[in-house]
Amino acid sequence: METFWFCVIALFWLGFLFLEGFDFGVGMLLPVLGKDNTERRVMINTIGPVWDGNEVWLIVAGAATFAAFPLWYASLFSTAFLALLLFLVALIGRGVAFEYRGKVDSERWRKNWDRVIISTSWVASFGIGFVLTTNVHGLPIDEIGDRVGGPFSYLTWQGIVGGLAVSGFSLVHGALFTALKTEGEIRERARALVLKMAPVALLPLVVTLLLVQFEFGGPATWGATVVVLLAAVGSLARLWAGREGQAFALMGVAVVATVIALFGAMYPNVLPSTVDPAFSLTIENASSSSYTLTVMTWVSAFGAPAVLVYQGWTYWVFRKRIGVKNIPPVHVPS
Amino acid sequence: MNVLDLSRWQFGITTVYHFLMVPLTIGLSLLVAAMQTAWVRTGDRKYLAMTKFWGKLLLINFAMGVVTGIVQEFQFGMNWSAYSRFVGDVFGAPLAMEGLAAFFVESTFLGLWIFGWDRLSKKAHLACAWAFSLATMLSAYFILAANSWMQHPVGTIISDEGRPQLVSIGEVLTNNTTLAAFPHVIFGAFAVAAAFLVGIACWHLWKRSDEEPVWRASVKLGAWVGIVSFVGLAITGDFQGKLMFQQQPMKMAAAEALCHTEEPAAFSIFAVGDVSRADCESVKSVTVPALLSFLAHNDFSSEVKGVQDLVTEYQAKYGENYPVDERLGELSGQPIDYVPMLPVTYWGFRLMIGFGAISALVGAVALWLVRGGRQAPTGKWFPRLMLLSIATPFLGNSFGWIFTEMGRQPFVVAPNPTGVDGVWMFTASAVSANTVGEVLTSVTVLTLLYGALAVVEGFLLKKYVAGGVAGVMPPVKAPTGDGKDKDSDDKSDDDDDVLAFAY
Repeated sequence: METFWFCVIALFWLGFLFLEGFDFGVGMLLPVLGKDNTERRVMINTIGPVWDGNEVWLIVAGAATFAAFPLWYASLFSTAFLALLLFLVALIGRGVAFEYRGKVDSERWRKNWDRVIISTSWVASFGIGFVLTTNVHGLPIDEIGDRVGGPFSYLTWQGIVGGLAVSGFSLVHGALFTALKTEGEIRERARALVLKMAPVALLPLVVTLLLVQFEFGGPATWGATVVVLLAAVGSLARLWAGREGQAFALMGVAVVATVIALFGAMYPNVLPSTVDPAFSLTIENASSSSYTLTVMTWVSAFGAPAVLVYQGWTYWVFRKRIGVKNIPPVHVPS
Repeated sequence: MNVLDLSRWQFGITTVYHFLMVPLTIGLSLLVAAMQTAWVRTGDRKYLAMTKFWGKLLLINFAMGVVTGIVQEFQFGMNWSAYSRFVGDVFGAPLAMEGLAAFFVESTFLGLWIFGWDRLSKKAHLACAWAFSLATMLSAYFILAANSWMQHPVGTIISDEGRPQLVSIGEVLTNNTTLAAFPHVIFGAFAVAAAFLVGIACWHLWKRSDEEPVWRASVKLGAWVGIVSFVGLAITGDFQGKLMFQQQPMKMAAAEALCHTEEPAAFSIFAVGDVSRADCESVKSVTVPALLSFLAHNDFSSEVKGVQDLVTEYQAKYGENYPVDERLGELSGQPIDYVPMLPVTYWGFRLMIGFGAISALVGAVALWLVRGGRQAPTGKWFPRLMLLSIATPFLGNSFGWIFTEMGRQPFVVAPNPTGVDGVWMFTASAVSANTVGEVLTSVTVLTLLYGALAVVEGFLLKKYVAGGVAGVMPPVKAPTGDGKDKDSDDKSDDDDDVLAFAY
C-alpha cells in the first residue's frame, strides 16, 4: 500500500512536469517566439484554457504527500523553506499575470506583465526542479525530520543543476508545444528553436539523471535513463522530419522515464537524510496508517481517472492550432 | 518576535486575505451560473449581459483566490511541520480530497468556461459554469471538514506512536461541527456576493448608466439573496453557537466575557470598560438577562460556565504548565494560558454579527428604494454608501474567522470533551523548527506581495465596474436580429474563426 502511494505521488509529479512543463516553457519563450503583442497573445492562448488545471497537479501532489506521507511532507517543506517561498512567489505572480495581462489596453501594462510571466516561469521551473532533485539526493535532516544547519544548509550544486534541468526541459517542451499548437511564423520559429537549442537545454537534465544514477541507480532506473536519452533524440528526429505531434509525444515518453528514473532511484526512501542514513524517511516510517491509505486509494481510484477524462476533454475541445488571425481585437473598458 | 508569533501572524494574514477572495468566488460563481441559465432558457440579452459582466469580475477575483490558496497548502508543511507530522494521518485526507475531487474540477471547468464560448454548445458551456460553481462549494466542504476537525476532533484514536490516527473518515466528513459550519460559511459567501451585486448595481442605477434592466435585475437578485442569506446565517449561527458551548465552552465564555459561571446567564450586548486579556472582572456589560442560557442550551434557566471556572477545569484536564521541551522556546515549562485574547473574541463575535446585519439591511433598503421601477436616489450619499456597504459582509466573514480561530487558542487542535483523550495539540508545539529570519522573510514578502496585488485587483475591479456592460460585451456585429447577436451554437469548422475569448 505504501509503495502504491509512492507511485501515485510520482504520478502526480509526472502530470505536473509533463503538463506544467510546457506551460512554463511557453512563458519563458514569450519574448523569443512572440515578436509582437499579437504573437505573444497567440502563445498565451495556446495554454490559456489549461494552465490552471495543469498547476493543480502540483497542488494535489503536495496534498497527497501530506495525506499519505505526512512526515515526508513536513520535513521537505520546512527544510527547503526559502526555496519554496521563492517558488510560491513565482507561482503567485505567474497566475495573476496570465489573468491580468490582457485586462488593460496599454503597452506598458502588457510589457510589465510579460516581464512577470517570463521571469516567474524561469524561477518556478527552476525552483521546483531544485526541490525535486535535492529531495532525491537527500536533505540534512535529524531523527525528528528537522533541518540540521542554517536556512541554506540544503543548498547543493546538484540541486542547482536539477533546477536548470527542469528549466531547460521546460524550454524544449514549451517550444515543442508551441510548434504543435500554432501555425504560421511562430510555428516555424518554434521548430527551428528546438532543433537549435535542444542539445544545450537538455544537458542539465542528462547530467542530473546521471548523477542520480551513479549515486543510487539500479538496473531498472539505468534502463529508464537510457529511455530518456533515446526518447529525447527520437523526439528531435521526428521534429526534424516535420512531425510535431510525434515529437511532442516522444518528449512525453522522456518525462515518464525521467520520473521513473528519479523516483525509482529514491525508493524505498522518500526523503534520504544526508546527516545519517538512519534518519532517512522511508515509505514505511513516513507513511500514514493503512486505514488512511485505503481511504485515499478509494478516493483516487475514482478521482484520478475522472480528472484524466475531463482534462483530456479540455485538450480535445481546444485541439485546433491557433494563429495570428484567430486573435480578436482587444476589447476592454476604456 | 519568535517563530511561533511570526508563524501565527503569517497564518492569520494569509488566511484572512485568502478568505476575502473565496466567499466572493463561491457566491458569485453560483449566481453567474444562475444568470447564464436564465439566458439559455429565455434568450434575453439582459441575462447574457449580466453573465458577462459579473463573470468578468468573478474571473479577476478568482485568479487571486487560486494563487493565495497555494500558500495556504504550503504553509502547513513550511511553517507548521510539527503540526503536519502530528495530524497528517487525519488532516491530510480531506485536504487531498479537496484537491482531487474539487479543485481539479474547478480549474479545468473554469478554463473551459472562459474559453469555451464559441467552442462548446450553449448547454455544454452552461454545464461547465455549473460544474465550476458546484465544485467551489465542494472545495469549501472539504476544507471545512479539515478545519472542523481541528475545532472538534472526531473519528480518531491515539496510535502507538502517540499521534491521532484516522479510524473513520465517515465521522470526519460528517462531524457535526462541519455540518454546522458548512451552511454558515456558504450563507456567508452568498451574503458577500449579494452585497457585491447590490452595491455595484445601485451605483450604476444612480449613474443612470446604459443597460438599466441589467442593473435593476442585479439589485433585485442581490438584495433577495442577501436577505435570505442573513436569515440563513442567523439560524445556522445559532446552531453553531449551541454546538460550540458543548465543544469549546471556553471560546463562548470568552466571546461573552463571562467571568463567572451564571445560572441563568445573561447575554452581553456590548461591554464598557476594559475587556482585557487577563481578567474580565472590570467589564461592565449591557446585558439581556437569561438570553445567553437560552442561546447555549435552548433553556432560559440553564447554567453557563464562566472563564474562571473553565480555567480550573482545563488545568485539571490538560495540565497547568507546558511540558519542558526546548522546542517550545520561552514557553517551555511555563504556565498555560487557557483564556483566549478576550478583546479579540469578544469584539470579533459582535463585529461578525453586526456587519452581517448591516449588509442584509442595505439589501432591504436598496430593494425599497428602487421598488416598482423607481429611479435610484440622486445625491452623493447614496452611491457612496452603497459602494461602502460592499465591504460589510467581507468584514463580517473576516471577524467570524478571526473569532473562531483565535478563540480556540492556546490549542491548534482543540480537545473534544467527549472524544478520545489525548487528541489535542497546543499551537506552541505545532510550529516548525525554522529560524526567525526565515519566517520573518516569508511574512514580510507575502504581506508586501499581497498588498501590491490588492492594489492591482482593486484597480482592475474598479475599471471593469465603471466600464459597465459595454466593457465586457463584444460590440454588436451585423444586425442578425435582436437578442441573438452572437450565436454560440454555430460551431463552423472555419479555421479563420476569431476566438470569442482570448487573453
